[in-house]
Amino acid sequence: MIDMHDIFNLIILILVLNVFLCIYRALMGPRAWDRVIAINVIGTKTIVIVILIGILYDSLYFVDVALVYALFNFILTVALSKYIEFGTL
Amino acid sequence: MELMDFIVTALLFGGTFFFTTATLGLLRFPDLFTRLHATGKGDTLGVGLILTGLVIYLGLSPITLKIIIIMTFILLTSPVGTHCICRAVYNQGIKPWKRR
Repeated sequence: MIDMHDIFNLIILILVLNVFLCIYRALMGPRAWDRVIAINVIGTKTIVIVILIGILYDSLYFVDVALVYALFNFILTVALSKYIEFGTL
Repeated sequence: MELMDFIVTALLFGGTFFFTTATLGLLRFPDLFTRLHATGKGDTLGVGLILTGLVIYLGLSPITLKIIIIMTFILLTSPVGTHCICRAVYNQGIKPWKRR
């Protein structure tokens, strides 16, 4: 009998492997904007990982952390794209 | 109960599949616009599927409401962020990649 927590652990493991693959693009990206989209993708994966860890540990305050992280991720993306377009914030 | 567990597992693995596809596109595609094409849609659909599975798993509670709020926020803001980066780079004069 497979517990649901084992499936959550497996999902977290696969997502962390995906994050490591994205870090390659964030480090080796040829231009600045490749790094920006790599960081955006890593942030989106981090939100899902934080919610899954919160359910796994029965400490559901992690959902608030994920909400704040989603806000920060959006602000970071918009600010960096504005910096790329106009050269200043 | 068994059927609900099966549905939740299917939704979680579907979301993980789309995340993996987005990562593969980010690594393998040759240009910024093609990379954005992969990640913008793959991430949005992955978050939608995984959080829908978690909402079904947790049942009705205040935590579920917060997860639905996060899902709506990401479904609204991920295409907006993608469009912002794309417009900024296109206004720099970068032409999209073409096969020669």
